[in-house]
Amino acid sequence: MANFDQELDASGLNCPLPILRAKKTLAGMEAGQTLRIVATDPGSVKDFEAFAKQTGNELLESGEEGGKFVFMIKKA
Amino acid sequence: MAEQKKMAIIATKGTLDWAYPPFILASTAAALGYEVQIFWTFYGLQCLKKDLKLQVTSLGNPGMPMPMPMPVLIQALPGMQGMMTSMMKAKMKKKGVASVEELRELCVEADVKMVACQMTVDLFEMNPSDFIDGVEFGGAATFFEFAGEADITLYI
Repeated sequence: MANFDQELDASGLNCPLPILRAKKTLAGMEAGQTLRIVATDPGSVKDFEAFAKQTGNELLESGEEGGKFVFMIKKA
Repeated sequence: MAEQKKMAIIATKGTLDWAYPPFILASTAAALGYEVQIFWTFYGLQCLKKDLKLQVTSLGNPGMPMPMPMPVLIQALPGMQGMMTSMMKAKMKKKGVASVEELRELCVEADVKMVACQMTVDLFEMNPSDFIDGVEFGGAATFFEFAGEADITLYI
């Protein structure tokens, strides 16, 4: 498993909460640090792509693990 | 960095279900870096009250999914609206959908500007002290001042 600086468990949360929580967590992190996000909302897959594209934070990974969606975002 | 994008919303509805679109879109846009302003007019002003009493009804809304088929006259019975509201809230909680209060709080935290339509406040003799802090009051011209420069403008 890749390294990360912080982790956010957004399991059980629905749109738009995973994105909003991620944004809040990223705000407290340093540029270049990575955030691992775990979510159960299937809509979050496309939403995190769109979030990364629009905010400039890089989506390093997007995948599934044990029935949950896992994202790795590097803060710009 | 490019100039900050802007989104303007006119929110006109005061039911539990229709309180969601403006708050969801505003909080998400703010998270994406937009500057957001919501102009609350007519029934939308209910969404600005400190003590939210938003309700949902299936009356006049045949698109609302019901747990069982129910004739309209039954839907109109006293107590049905309260029951539907409780059921909707319970369902949302179970599905991990944020409450309106929570989404509104996130909007306020993200500096989404709330403008209350002065004309409607006067028309319905609403008390500005019933509204959450930070609400500004204005009219159509106030809306256009911001919307005229907005990248996205929505009427909800």
